[in-house]
Amino acid sequence: MANQNASLFTGPLLAAAVRDAFLKLNPAKLIKTPVMFVTAIVASLSTILFVKGIVTGTGHPVFEGQLVFWLWLTVLFGNVAEALAEGRGKAQAAALRATAADLRAKKLIGVAGAWELIDATRLQVGDEVLVETGDLIPADGEVIAGVASVNEAAITGESAPVIREGGGDRSAVTAGTRVIADSITVRVTAGAGQGFLDRMIALVEGAQRQKTPNEIALTILLAGLTLIFLIAVGTLPAFAAYAGGGIAVPVLVALFVTLIPTTISALLSAIGIAGMDRLVRFNVLAKSGRAVEAAGDIDTLLLDKTGTITIGDRQATAFLPVPGVTLAELIAAARLASLSDETPEGRSIVVLANQDGSAAVAIPAGAEEIKFTSQTRVSGLQIGDRSLVKGAVDAILKRLPDAPNADALRKIADEIARGGATPLAVADGNRLLGIVQLKDIVKAGIRERFGELRRMGIRTVMITGDNPLTAASIAAESGVDDFLAEATPEDKLALIRKEQEGGKLVAMCGDGTNDAPALAQSDVGVAMNTGTQAAREAGNMVDLDSDPTKLIEIVGLGKQLLMTRGALTTFSISNDVAKYFAILPAIFVVLYPGLGGLNVMRLASPESAILSAIIFNALIIPALVPLALKGVKYRPAPAGTLLARNLAVYGVGGLIAPFIGIKAIDLVVAGLHLA
Amino acid sequence: MTLSGWSMILLFLVLIVVLAKPAGDWMHALYAREKMPLGFIEAGFYKLAGIDPKAEQSWVGYAVSLMVFNLGGIALLFAILKLQGVLPLNPQGYSGMETLLAFNTAVSFVTNTNWQNYGGESSLSNLSQMAGLTVQNFLSAAVGMAVAFAFIRGFARRQANTIGNFWVDVTRATLYLLLPISIVLALAYVVMGVPQTFGPSVVATTLEGAKQTIAVGPVASQLAIKMLGTNGGGFFNANSAHPFENPTALSNFVQMLSIFVLGAGLTLTFGKAVGNLRQGWAILAAMLLLFIAGVAVAYGAEAAGNPIHHALGVAGGNMEGKEVRFGVAATALFAVVTTATSCGAVIGMHDSFTAIGGLVPLFNMQLGELVIGGVGSGLYAVLIYCILAVFIAGLMVGRTPEYIGKKIESREMKLAVIAIIVPPLMILGLTAIACITGAGLAGPLAKGPHGFSEILYAFTSAAANNGSAFGGLSGNTPFYNLLLALDMFVGRFGVILPVLAIAGGLAAKRRVPEGPGSFPTTGPLWIGLLAAVIVIVGGLTFLPSLALGPIADQAQVAAGTVL
Repeated sequence: MANQNASLFTGPLLAAAVRDAFLKLNPAKLIKTPVMFVTAIVASLSTILFVKGIVTGTGHPVFEGQLVFWLWLTVLFGNVAEALAEGRGKAQAAALRATAADLRAKKLIGVAGAWELIDATRLQVGDEVLVETGDLIPADGEVIAGVASVNEAAITGESAPVIREGGGDRSAVTAGTRVIADSITVRVTAGAGQGFLDRMIALVEGAQRQKTPNEIALTILLAGLTLIFLIAVGTLPAFAAYAGGGIAVPVLVALFVTLIPTTISALLSAIGIAGMDRLVRFNVLAKSGRAVEAAGDIDTLLLDKTGTITIGDRQATAFLPVPGVTLAELIAAARLASLSDETPEGRSIVVLANQDGSAAVAIPAGAEEIKFTSQTRVSGLQIGDRSLVKGAVDAILKRLPDAPNADALRKIADEIARGGATPLAVADGNRLLGIVQLKDIVKAGIRERFGELRRMGIRTVMITGDNPLTAASIAAESGVDDFLAEATPEDKLALIRKEQEGGKLVAMCGDGTNDAPALAQSDVGVAMNTGTQAAREAGNMVDLDSDPTKLIEIVGLGKQLLMTRGALTTFSISNDVAKYFAILPAIFVVLYPGLGGLNVMRLASPESAILSAIIFNALIIPALVPLALKGVKYRPAPAGTLLARNLAVYGVGGLIAPFIGIKAIDLVVAGLHLA
Repeated sequence: MTLSGWSMILLFLVLIVVLAKPAGDWMHALYAREKMPLGFIEAGFYKLAGIDPKAEQSWVGYAVSLMVFNLGGIALLFAILKLQGVLPLNPQGYSGMETLLAFNTAVSFVTNTNWQNYGGESSLSNLSQMAGLTVQNFLSAAVGMAVAFAFIRGFARRQANTIGNFWVDVTRATLYLLLPISIVLALAYVVMGVPQTFGPSVVATTLEGAKQTIAVGPVASQLAIKMLGTNGGGFFNANSAHPFENPTALSNFVQMLSIFVLGAGLTLTFGKAVGNLRQGWAILAAMLLLFIAGVAVAYGAEAAGNPIHHALGVAGGNMEGKEVRFGVAATALFAVVTTATSCGAVIGMHDSFTAIGGLVPLFNMQLGELVIGGVGSGLYAVLIYCILAVFIAGLMVGRTPEYIGKKIESREMKLAVIAIIVPPLMILGLTAIACITGAGLAGPLAKGPHGFSEILYAFTSAAANNGSAFGGLSGNTPFYNLLLALDMFVGRFGVILPVLAIAGGLAAKRRVPEGPGSFPTTGPLWIGLLAAVIVIVGGLTFLPSLALGPIADQAQVAAGTVL
């Protein structure tokens, strides 16, 4: 599913959307969008009047026919927008469904590893199944025995296999993924139709899409505006009667439809679907639209230090010899002691040592590795009777209790620890040489990211198991706002509760079972796909790439969704001003010729003015579909800046654009003698 | 337009800004239920009425108390007006008021509208004026303040189930604010020459030897609260254009200030209560922005005068219907002041304004009386628009919209939409009915678009609880007495009830702390946005009706058409 960057308007997708647009004319479906429902009713009424006019030979069939045509087009454009948004998900869903359809399970029957082959849909929670090399895992579950490498490309798009084993934080397996080596026994945790795969299908398809709270509130506002315009337009015939005239029904209809917020209503569900879709493309699955919206509101981000703020492994950053030892001597010894050490820390010592310009050194012939054990807590290299070792300061000093430089070494070590780094002592035989400083390397650019977040009003809190000293140093270096050191899952939960007490919304990510309560408590809980089933159940989003850094992007996507909705609402409402100036003079000029002065756009005739307004009103919908699907441009900035920019573009732009658009259409309409 | 005209307008603005802060602080003390120097009087009232002042009410309880109080007020006032013939303090011997007129008047004064389909000095006894109307002038203003207090509590409180105690709010607003200021103002008006007497009308012999009856009465006391409480119901039919009701330029200026001061101050009460005075200043600034725009248009139109008059050789501004003692600038300013608030007192005939000059008062009222607005009602009306503006534009910063840290969700939206729809529904709906019924068409004096404006103005004024009359409409008919009463009642309580419901919901919510990511509701951008949303939503709703009334009127005048 990753990296499927289908273009917006590929032929088949568009054709399917047009077909769906007609199916969506079903009133039961239309009523979910009240404004479009009203438009459809009005269009139906106009059609009836139009037909009646033709039959009785009254009215202006050419003009009214065009009005009816554009009214229906307005409704259809809205449906196409929604269908297009859904269409992209449907293609993905179809592929997933194919995977789900032919899953078979080797259900263990409880007798010495014997199993029967059944259809996966017949599996029940608690059943145990055997999955062997080449098999697809039939249902979501926990590994209870064995270790296997599993290809999860069907879900994540990432083809590199991952290890799944019982116990610990890597025990969850997902239906539809394939075991490529070894075999495991899995206890089923989700019944047929309830699994992760099923949820994904429903999600990308948008089938069970519920309106989100904000969408509901917006729908209410739009329905309210529609009512206001119903009152404003509905009372006009009485007013016109007072003035001794009348207003033709098709004209009233045109005025009403152009005034009610058709633009945003037509695009509203497309915006929502596209917002979810953007997350899916980003390989994040939100279990509800509510969670995506909440992401935009996040005030506090809890970020795991490892993997998000720091690269993850400690790296050697400096060599500090004790007095009486030269730097070169220390470097040479540390390099030799680390040559056979394949841990990231060991490798980093060699890399740093090689930076002094000397040629790379190979392991001398006949040298023997001194392996790290939990008793000695040192590692190194034995070359003949010369033993080069490195290890924790205490461990080295235990080996050489009488070394004369012990106090100097301790002093250096304390200094380093205070700075938040880890000291590693190096000894050559019974000589203490000095210290290698190991440090958590803060990711490049993370400081700027936190700066951006701060300007957006989002507080970042680093969560780490390190001691407060180390944590404070990394926090200072990375520019994070706050940190929680020596954090236990309980601490995390308490921190989230405290923030929420103050009215803040909190986002976090986690993978372990012990993260589950905090994930459930947080407003946006992103579970890593590699995590346990419990974590994945507790969170309201799952990151298929298991990349904790994504939390920051998720917040951005949530904001972008809300911004798109707001921008198009503002645009839609400010459009009305120009429409009034097009249609009102056209209607009223017969009653009071002086009101022709309101025709500031100098539109050719009353009929062409009305027609141009209704055409603009219809065409603006497809014109804005790409924006609705892609979302408005989003750059992290303080709310004031965002508001000023978006108001200028969508508010002021929305005021001006229709004046130009309607005038241009009027020129065409008049030029073609359509009215 | 003249320099002296603008100087007066500027002086007025400066004084309002200066007075707003102390007024706001004073009202905040009442809001926050701080102890008052004469607290024992208050306590006595509660004891008498059997009310526990410490008991708080949910929004439903608050609303029920409010409705009981107001319906009781309507019944009582109706009874006084009906029975004034047999009640004391009736030196002129007026008989009881006609039933529908009494009903209209009762609703009118209880809803703070003070639409007057009667001539005060020629039909009301002193008891009716004082114990009937003036009492409601105080109470209707106090009710408005109570609702504003309740709404403020909705924003200021966190996770609370209650929004205050209606009885306490009304009592304190009357006792510690409206009464003392009114007493001071009434005395000041007496000094300026406004009569205050229980005696009968004075009969004078004119130079020609004819007998003339000069009505006097307890004018000063009613005048003080008529302005302060944005009621607007004059003792005299001519309202503040009557020399006894507005003797000097100074009294005129003081009257204008007293109309505005409480409404302006309440914005700062709000700011103080929610812990950020700038929130209050921002609202006040948006109000004054709309106010200045209104004054500029009205003053400009009036000063420019009527082209038809100019063609006939009458130079200068439009003096028709102006109080000549005060001139064009003061009259235009007063007209905007009185319609921006829900006051409705007049010193000139709005009917005789130029079409555009008359459009400003009309549009002010159609916006919902939120440019300063009525006492209390102005604040809650503008806060509804704040909620709307925040919702429309707030999404554009990428967060669920919030105002003063309260998330604006479906419930708030639903209720705010009701509060916003009710006025246009009443105004346009009832105007439409009047336009197509014989009884309705019999009302307006003028023909053509100006006659339409007269009808539209009446229903607008009533729905907005303003009470100013455009003039020219014969309102004392069964049709208009009933429909206008309905208009006033729904226009008042159709907004108050959703406001209280929102207050209850908001009070129960958490308050999100403000940060750089919050939608900014202070500063120039917000002020401009709020003003723009008010004008655009109001404009979109009423532009068609305005086009057929004042705008068509203006177009005809410009073309030289005389009907």
